[in-house]
Amino acid sequence: MAEEMRVVLRNYGKINPLKITDYLSVGGYEALKKARTMTRKAVIEEIIQSKLRGRGGAGFNTGQKWAFAHKTQDDQKYVICNADEGEPGTYKDRMLMENDPHAIFEGMAICGYAIGANKGYVYCRGEYPHLITILKTAIYQAKQHGILGDFDIEVRTGAGAFVCGEETALLESIEGHRGEPRIRPPFPTQKGLWQKPTVVNNVETLANIPVIIDKGAAHFAAIGAPTYPGTKILTLTGDVNNRTFFEIPTNTTIREVIFEFGGGIPGDKKFKAVQIGGASGAFIAANSLDTQISFDAMSAINSTLGSGAVYVLDETRDIIDVTTRIARFFEHESCGKCAPCREGTARLHELMWKLNSGRGSAKDITLLKKLGRVMSITCLCGLGQAAPTAILTTIERFSDDYEAKLM
Amino acid sequence: MINLIIDGIKTSVPDGSTILQAAQKVGIHIPTLCAHPDRNVKSNCRICVCEVEGSKLLQTACSQPVFEGMVVKTRSPKVIEARRIILELILSNHPQDCLNCIRNVNCELQHLAKEYCIRENPFKLKTKGLPKDYSTPAIFRDPNKCVLCRRCVETCTIIQGVGALGLENRGYHTMIVPSMGKNLGDSPCVMCGQCIHACPVGAIGEVEYIDELMEAIADPDTIVVTQIAPAVRVAIGEEVGMKTGEMPMNKLVAALRQIGFDYVLHTNFTADLTIMEEGHELLQRLTTGGILPMFTSCSPGWINFCETYYPDLLDNLSTCKSPQQMFGALLKTYWADKMNIDAKKIFSVSIMPCTAKKYEAFRPEMNASGYQDVDIVLTTRELGRLLRLCEIDFDKVEPSEFDPWMGDYTGAAVIFGASGGVMEAALRTVYEVVTQEELKDVNFTETRGFQGIKEAEVDLNGTVVKVAIANGLSNARKLMDQVRAGESPYHFIEIMACPGGCIGGGGQPITRSNIKREERIANIYIEDEQCAIRKSHENPEIKMIYEEFLHEPLGHKSHELLHTHYHAKNKRLI
Repeated sequence: MAEEMRVVLRNYGKINPLKITDYLSVGGYEALKKARTMTRKAVIEEIIQSKLRGRGGAGFNTGQKWAFAHKTQDDQKYVICNADEGEPGTYKDRMLMENDPHAIFEGMAICGYAIGANKGYVYCRGEYPHLITILKTAIYQAKQHGILGDFDIEVRTGAGAFVCGEETALLESIEGHRGEPRIRPPFPTQKGLWQKPTVVNNVETLANIPVIIDKGAAHFAAIGAPTYPGTKILTLTGDVNNRTFFEIPTNTTIREVIFEFGGGIPGDKKFKAVQIGGASGAFIAANSLDTQISFDAMSAINSTLGSGAVYVLDETRDIIDVTTRIARFFEHESCGKCAPCREGTARLHELMWKLNSGRGSAKDITLLKKLGRVMSITCLCGLGQAAPTAILTTIERFSDDYEAKLM
Repeated sequence: MINLIIDGIKTSVPDGSTILQAAQKVGIHIPTLCAHPDRNVKSNCRICVCEVEGSKLLQTACSQPVFEGMVVKTRSPKVIEARRIILELILSNHPQDCLNCIRNVNCELQHLAKEYCIRENPFKLKTKGLPKDYSTPAIFRDPNKCVLCRRCVETCTIIQGVGALGLENRGYHTMIVPSMGKNLGDSPCVMCGQCIHACPVGAIGEVEYIDELMEAIADPDTIVVTQIAPAVRVAIGEEVGMKTGEMPMNKLVAALRQIGFDYVLHTNFTADLTIMEEGHELLQRLTTGGILPMFTSCSPGWINFCETYYPDLLDNLSTCKSPQQMFGALLKTYWADKMNIDAKKIFSVSIMPCTAKKYEAFRPEMNASGYQDVDIVLTTRELGRLLRLCEIDFDKVEPSEFDPWMGDYTGAAVIFGASGGVMEAALRTVYEVVTQEELKDVNFTETRGFQGIKEAEVDLNGTVVKVAIANGLSNARKLMDQVRAGESPYHFIEIMACPGGCIGGGGQPITRSNIKREERIANIYIEDEQCAIRKSHENPEIKMIYEEFLHEPLGHKSHELLHTHYHAKNKRLI
């Protein structure tokens, strides 16, 4: 029986998030103190050695990212905590911010020390208004205790745009512009917020940092899958008995997640599909259930781990209907900057709607595949590139369902 | 230098170059839509995508920097498929209205559709069905045709510093809209028309007055008289298959007669007159402690801008009307009397490189003659359409001269068309008026050229007069902010709303690149050199009008007909 392992959620339920003394009593901010006794390079090297990879979805090596920002010379640098948690079905960042905000700030302050930044922003999604108070209270307490030193943290909120979770759109939003992605290069670590070197890390990524500094890279690297070590918080929704969250090592399989942690499908119904990573994620069929919840294992089956949302469908569900709704979501959330996403997401939805209402033909499926293929390689940012994923994977893996709905 | 391979061709380009630049170097054409040679890289349209070895994603050639050992494929089946799908997507949200479009056969999207053999679009045509915006007499917008490349927004905001256009809504509902209002008329738009040059399609254009002209020509009781601005000649050739500057003036005059104009006169005449009036106004301000620096007032886009954004500095503006409006006021008074024509019967047509002039002609105060001084304004592009409409064959056109009394001009008037020209022309006259000596070298070269802000100093009998010249309104802003802060060192400032001056006006043949503007500027100075008389005050017809009619610069008659006043626009600004 696989077991939960609470690394990121180490203080969940154990401390009062509004009392910094609670966090301090469980060893909080010790890692920051330790980091500040190390050289900047040594801190970055420790993170690189831990092989920690971004938990927001892109899976980029966190230490490498820090190293790039460290290397870029500038008088001002920034650390940004990406808390614009927008993937439907994902609430891991909310859990962390609600229960252990200081773990995130500690991670940010360590990053700030490592790259030479004295200013941090938490960019929190606008739909989490209750978190703003928690975050601000916690920042106030940390400042009162003088723990952050010269590292300042400020909370900024989004206005409800999904795309602002994309790191460059997030930067635009903080700067007060339309939330739209930027062209890369330059990357944020070269020219980020206000054109200054900036590290943007996900909430979950940052909450891992104090543990790595505290217990060492080797300890962390030994957990879970070797190329994507550590744990991952998964949030289970849909047709599972335990619709809740779990933190598990990354070598746990999807089958274990659904049938052991999730307690299987209610009503003794059969499993049909699971979408992992939110609306941007691929639909996975029963034949891939033994895949590990790690970035590379998921890539190997042409799927993604994404944010860690696990959305289970039982045999009674209409996958075409579900996919149509996802297409509508992307049409609504496209920022409108680049042509293939702006026009493409609307057309994907239009075609899916046609198929879903029984008016589609095989030609429409062919067109969807072609359009999806083009969008996935030409759109400006991850939103547009991932917009056709659910459609392309369901056409590939659940073709019978499409056939059944043809006119 | 960075070594790379594009479509099998080895090349090396400077570090920091993009794929597009590298491809241009080896003669490989990569299609673009949102890219503009004089603007920032936006990478919105994604038409220029290419395959880069080692990358799963296609990369946009306009934005992707080259790297050592890069291998690029610009025309692989994968690339062609992507470009075609993107084009089909854009076209599926664009009215299939080419035949009626102002940009028919001069449209970047139409050209791409042709290049990429777009036939039956798999995506159902869905257009926005929004009304066209005809709220100004100068510029219209058709939001349905907009392809959201954002070149207009960038031009309006960055190049012109006006900010009349912005983005609204998100995703599929994204639109470019006039800011702070429902239509252009409510926005701070100054009608400079630079957005028209920026637009790759027919989403923005000039309001055309060809029908009104044809009606007037058809009416036997109407006497149709035209004035033609100096910047028109250098560019009109581009509309009829000639090189920039190649059109001979006398052939153009003859062509205008063939089209049906009863009399053909030249705005250059009143350009010379402007120098007389404005030059004396400057001297008056200099000697009587008047408000300085004085700003030129011949660019109506600039006037709109000043009235919108710098209403506190309106007293710095010269009270001289623009040459077009001086001309209009004199045409229906002085000229009508000289020609013994009933002013009521005159239909006054102005041919301009400018869209803001259309608005200027309709200003309610522009009726000093007792009639609307200028009835309609046509742009250079509309003149091009007229020449094609009337199938003028320039090989067979017999040259013809301007009609008398308001057709004579000097080199000083010709250079009004280029940024710095008004300043140079004024200096040529002011120098001689003040010093009573002959100016040996009439060429004030510091005032010439395409750079945004220029400055010069002239010694007038021991008084050093400092002058500055700005073209493009964001450059004007820099000088205006200095004046507003009380820190301007200048006595006289020339401002032209459009980059390069009138030769780059909003009504000129569509130019995608500033190189064209520089060519036109060069031709303006060639024409100046060829003029026998190059100082406004030496124009014989100018001498005559002062003798017979106006009597003296800034005199009673001048104030009545040639000078005006300005009003704050009180628009909502961002």
